[in-house]
Amino acid sequence: MLRSASRAVQLPGDVDSKLALAEFLLTNVDFQASARRAIDWLASHTGVQQVVVAVEDATASQLLLVAEHGVSSAAIVDFSLSRDDGAHPLVQAMASVEPTFFDHGPHSFRTPIDSVPFHVIPLRSDDASPAHGILLASAVGPELHPEVAWLGRMLSRQVDRLLSRHTVAETRVGQERMLLYSIINAVTDPILLTDVEGKLIIANTHAEKLFAAPEDASEGWRRAVGLNNMLFSAALSTSAVAQLEPARRELLLVDPLEGSDLLFELLSSRAKDERQGTYVVSILRNVTDLARAKEEIEESYRTLRLAQADVRDERHRLDLIIDSVADPILVTDQEGDIVLLNEPAERLFNVPPSAGEPAQRHVRANGAHLTSFVSNVLTRTGEQRYRGEIQLSDPLTGRALPVEGVAGTILSEQGELMWVVTILHDLTEAIEKAKLYERLKQGSEELERKVQEATADIAEQNELLRRQHIALEQASALKSQFLANMSHEFRTPLNAILGYTHMLLNGVTGVVTDSQRKSLTRIDSNSRHLLALINDILDITRIEAGRMPLNLSTFQVQELVREVMSELEPIVKRSNLSVTARTRGTLPSLKSDRQKVKQILLNLLSNALKFTPTGAVTITASYDERRRSIAVAVRDTGVGIPLPDQTQVFEDFRQLDNSPARGYGGTGLGLSICRRLSQMLGGSIELDSEPGQGSTFTLRLPSRPKRR
Amino acid sequence: MPDSQKISPLVLVVEDYQDAREMYAAYLRFSGFRVAEATNGIEAIEKSVLLSPDIILMDLALPKMDGWEATRRLKLDERTQHIPIVALTGHALAGHAEGARQAGCDAFVTKPCLPDALVAEIQRMLASRVGDRKDTKRAPKAPGR
Repeated sequence: MLRSASRAVQLPGDVDSKLALAEFLLTNVDFQASARRAIDWLASHTGVQQVVVAVEDATASQLLLVAEHGVSSAAIVDFSLSRDDGAHPLVQAMASVEPTFFDHGPHSFRTPIDSVPFHVIPLRSDDASPAHGILLASAVGPELHPEVAWLGRMLSRQVDRLLSRHTVAETRVGQERMLLYSIINAVTDPILLTDVEGKLIIANTHAEKLFAAPEDASEGWRRAVGLNNMLFSAALSTSAVAQLEPARRELLLVDPLEGSDLLFELLSSRAKDERQGTYVVSILRNVTDLARAKEEIEESYRTLRLAQADVRDERHRLDLIIDSVADPILVTDQEGDIVLLNEPAERLFNVPPSAGEPAQRHVRANGAHLTSFVSNVLTRTGEQRYRGEIQLSDPLTGRALPVEGVAGTILSEQGELMWVVTILHDLTEAIEKAKLYERLKQGSEELERKVQEATADIAEQNELLRRQHIALEQASALKSQFLANMSHEFRTPLNAILGYTHMLLNGVTGVVTDSQRKSLTRIDSNSRHLLALINDILDITRIEAGRMPLNLSTFQVQELVREVMSELEPIVKRSNLSVTARTRGTLPSLKSDRQKVKQILLNLLSNALKFTPTGAVTITASYDERRRSIAVAVRDTGVGIPLPDQTQVFEDFRQLDNSPARGYGGTGLGLSICRRLSQMLGGSIELDSEPGQGSTFTLRLPSRPKRR
Repeated sequence: MPDSQKISPLVLVVEDYQDAREMYAAYLRFSGFRVAEATNGIEAIEKSVLLSPDIILMDLALPKMDGWEATRRLKLDERTQHIPIVALTGHALAGHAEGARQAGCDAFVTKPCLPDALVAEIQRMLASRVGDRKDTKRAPKAPGR
């Protein structure tokens, strides 16, 4: 739909293009078109930078530019050359037959090509004819480029034809149009001239890049160009174009080479041409970078907003945290002024005026204390922390409030003091606790002292007891010694009494009468009783003093029982009692002190005989498997012992008939000794009795002595 | 009872308690012995050396020199060591008998001791001594008391 009307697109390929050019030049009748085509070819095939073609006008007085390449717009506008100006070097070159070489400028005359060396080739149909135009081509040296020379000849053939068929006016219009093109091309924004339907009439080079694809363009390029045309047409066809006022709109196109999006601001306005109708002039301003910049600015702004929100949140959180701390926290600046304080601190250092004058006074006092405290870190260099006690008071109650304060400095990156953070901790409780602890300690010490005293007391008592124990032991030993001595002392006179009584009874001093014999016999029996008493006391004394040695041996109990019975045979005979011994089951041998067991059994049997007027005495030996003990029970059918008295019979000097002249004789120490002896042997004596029914005394002994 | 032809054995009664000493002496004489008396250890040693009794009845608790010491000395002396000594004590404690045996006593009698029992003991001791003496040349060791 869009076709470039300004320039033919050149095909690459040297020979082919040169042939095509030659063919065009030979067949074309329009000199200007030929000139342009030739110049374009030259520019694209020879590397010649600047080329200008100028021909005479109809009056042959002026030279007009008909085609150019690489020449500045200013140079085109300025170009003016009078044919008659014979002194002008270009006119002189035109008059010359051969091409003229001009070295690089600056020149003293006006020339479209000025800053580089160039050739001027006169255009004439043959050498005899005057030239009607000139070809200016930039050069690298005096040597004329062969293609330039060739083109010069080609155009020379046409220069007559041109003049014969086209008016100079047309040439002039063409020059102006050319000027217009160069101006339009010089504009960096794409400019398009279209009809109202969007059909392209003129486009500058920048617009061409977007809307026209060269014949050898890639598929992508072509597609991008097609897309751009569609987008552009669509934009124009909207209502905005219908208005007379320039319409602004954004138009997104595709860069055909890069493939990236390009954002343009489209400015369309209508232009009226009476001859050709209405046109639409569209200028596209590339705002891609602008849009990007705007986007970036918006992004930055959004980021900034977010950051600000973060900071706000952070600050809010910090406030919450600081307020949640029960201890007062204050931040002061380097002047000592409070810049931040949490809620507990507020209660101490900032009360509302409504709190009353006393409260304000306390607040001022607190502030003064704080200032002097904080000054410790402000004045001390090098110390970042200061700890100390401050005496504050509660503004509302006036109660003294001892606190411990810790002040720390916050330094900037440059090491300058920025703020001082002070944290206060209520010491009331700590002091209270310290007091309590002190009291507790005192109590504890008191207790300890008392315990020590009591312990010392106990130790003293123990010592006393120990001494008493020693004294008692000594007393006991003395007692035993005394009793032993006493028994000896008793024996000595008793020995004499018994001896002399015996001698008298034996008739050593002569014959004794019956009544004398009776008296002597009484003396003898009482003396013997006294001796038995003395012997029993001596036994008890020995047992209690631990001086009764044990002589262990193994023997048969039945044998011992028989021995005891035979020793008491005379008494048994006198008593008229039936005395029997028996064994229940089988008995193991007994390991014990035979002499002492015998003494016990003698005592028990003689007691039974003594306290049984009529009936029988039975001795039964048995073995208790479970207790591993041998029991010898002496059972009589005698007077018996009432229950309340049963324990008393084992006590010293006890007979149930407590009168001094006992009807039954004996010392009253027998059972007491028996019980002591049985305990010595690891056994016991039990009594089972009922008054009138008789008594059973049972001696129990371990068959083997127990190891202690 | 000793024969009238023979010289009856001499018993030295050592006892500080006069009643007891005279009682034993009287009964021993009544029983046919000759009797010498001493009241303490020193006197006992002097009379033993001087009279060379056939047997000594020695109370252990004596003044000046007790019976144990006197017994030890008599048993160390060649002149008296052959005389049998019967210890007599009122102390029934085991230590006394043991101490008397260690000192060299040949027999031990506990008070009260009836004169009968004492005479019997002395006769028993002398009988074993007489047997000893007769057999001295044939058998050096006595067959025990």
